[in-house]
Amino acid sequence: MTGLWQQLLDNRKSRLGLMLLVAAVGIALVGPFFVADPLAYLAAPHAPPSWKHWLGTTGQGQDVLAQTVVGARPTLLVAFLVGSCSTLVGAGLGLLAGYAKNKTDDLINLLINVFLVMPGLPLAVVIAAYLPAGPVTIALVLIVTGWAWTARVIRSQAYALTDKDFILAAKVIGEPAWRILWVEMLPNMGSLLMSCWIGNTVYAIGAQVGLEFLGLGDVSAVTWGTNLYWATNDSALLLGSWWTFVPTGLSIALTGFSLTLLTFGVDEITNPGLAAESRWRRYLRTKNTPTSPQTPVVRS
Amino acid sequence: MTPLLQVQDLSVAYVNAKQVDTAVERVSFDIYPGEIVGFVGESGCGKSTLLQAVMRILPPPGFISGGKILFQGQDLLQLSIEEMAQHRWRKASMVFQSAMNSLNPVLTVAEQFDDTLAAHGVGDLAHRRARTEELLNLVGIPPARANAYPHELSGGMRQRVGIALALIFEPQLVVMDEPTTALDVLVQSEILQEIKKLQKKLGFAVCFVSHDLPVVAQLCDRVNVFYAGHLVERSTTQNLLQNPQHPYTRALLRSFPSIHSATLSRGIPGAPPSIGAPPPGCRFHPRCNDRLEACDRLVPELVTLGPAHHAACHLISDQLPASSPMGASSSSSSDVKK
Repeated sequence: MTGLWQQLLDNRKSRLGLMLLVAAVGIALVGPFFVADPLAYLAAPHAPPSWKHWLGTTGQGQDVLAQTVVGARPTLLVAFLVGSCSTLVGAGLGLLAGYAKNKTDDLINLLINVFLVMPGLPLAVVIAAYLPAGPVTIALVLIVTGWAWTARVIRSQAYALTDKDFILAAKVIGEPAWRILWVEMLPNMGSLLMSCWIGNTVYAIGAQVGLEFLGLGDVSAVTWGTNLYWATNDSALLLGSWWTFVPTGLSIALTGFSLTLLTFGVDEITNPGLAAESRWRRYLRTKNTPTSPQTPVVRS
Repeated sequence: MTPLLQVQDLSVAYVNAKQVDTAVERVSFDIYPGEIVGFVGESGCGKSTLLQAVMRILPPPGFISGGKILFQGQDLLQLSIEEMAQHRWRKASMVFQSAMNSLNPVLTVAEQFDDTLAAHGVGDLAHRRARTEELLNLVGIPPARANAYPHELSGGMRQRVGIALALIFEPQLVVMDEPTTALDVLVQSEILQEIKKLQKKLGFAVCFVSHDLPVVAQLCDRVNVFYAGHLVERSTTQNLLQNPQHPYTRALLRSFPSIHSATLSRGIPGAPPSIGAPPPGCRFHPRCNDRLEACDRLVPELVTLGPAHHAACHLISDQLPASSPMGASSSSSSDVKK
């Protein structure tokens, strides 16, 4: 495990991703202790950035910096919760379907297909509209609409793995099914699970912000989604007060960017061929040789 | 006679995590029209790397770090991507080790021929079909099998398809990278006969890569022996078998059982060096029984021993001050445990 951390830090892409992510999580954890009350009326509405209010004020005279920093915690909490839970549910069902095959697979596969063809966000909108507004509702809605892709991917991987000789050997030796699933098969999907988790988390951030932007979250809470909701509600675009939505938007984009960089890093680490190729590209660049589909010539 | 392919001082390297590793170092050889030349060596000695570089299809992280590849006098390293694509298959083609992996499992045999012909601008469908039938006939596959998928053919038939594909434009040179390794000995011998027959009929030259010295001896006119990225000996097959000069070649020949005598075959102790950290001097010296003092300091040059016999070893080069072999004491350890 320490090896993986070291590799993540050694890889340029994942190092930048990790740094950004740690910054985001750090701000979410300790930031709220250092900023003003995000809901208090502090200055004139729509005041541009100033020394007193670094990122200006919202249409309701609230401090934008405080809102952005305080909004990070609930947003990231829901994102990681949804990312983890939908990965867990998806991987569990996918693994079971791929391993058990036959009737079990038919049933789970039907379920996966149903959830895959249902348009995620509209369904989330409908469900969220019926349930009481709040982070728990949003998390539930996103898990329900978000697990199916992971299940689909893990299921096909499990299908391929069960035909491998070492799984047959484990069966013949008499290992119980849970052990085959947990010890033999799951570690073989480490990189896949990691990228599923990251993908799900990115989806969770986007979808959660989307739902809250539409007013389907708890609009009295401070999250990145409600920040954007209030920004449009207070006609930020009409008034040209860009500072009310750019900080939050940028935070969302950077968090998504950091997670994406992390997947690139994980890809390169778990697939050494990719890393070898990028090293090769870098080497050729230092020698001013263009990469090409035919073997390049570098004379020393 | 002018050579068809002249490789001069070719070096091929790989970009690795910490350094650039040279897998093939300053190798030179010629291929004349219509001859079969074998490339022998252990796994990892760079023979496949070398021939992939000659075709310029060595994938990343490999690159050519020096030398020349002249095909009919034209330097292949100067060609553009388009010119090289025209060169490949029309002038020099390749048979891959595993036909199962080089044939697309979702296309029928006829479709793969069709694709190859179409890629090189043979536009007329009827013409392409006729050529496919002709080629399948040539390698002994009933043309009715043209509509079969690769998995419906046996290993030997798949390799025949691979050979037929390589002959599609009647190239002057066919590079064969261990074409019989994945086959059992009976099918292997069939394929070798087929290659020999086709070569006689069509007159192309063959670069035949193999780790199997008896196979090479059976098929090839001349043999290049590689060790750890260096060309160590080159000779006509007959001469190489009767009069090997490099200790590695001799050890390699000893390691194959003879059907004429009752002597046990002896392996070569130790393992080939990694290309990341090759031993200094002659790369074979740590495993050599006859090493001299200079062997771990100086890299031996290829010395001409006869009209077609070259070897790179201090034992036979006369530039070196004579000194006594040091390997005498360690020779007893070279016997394989029985």
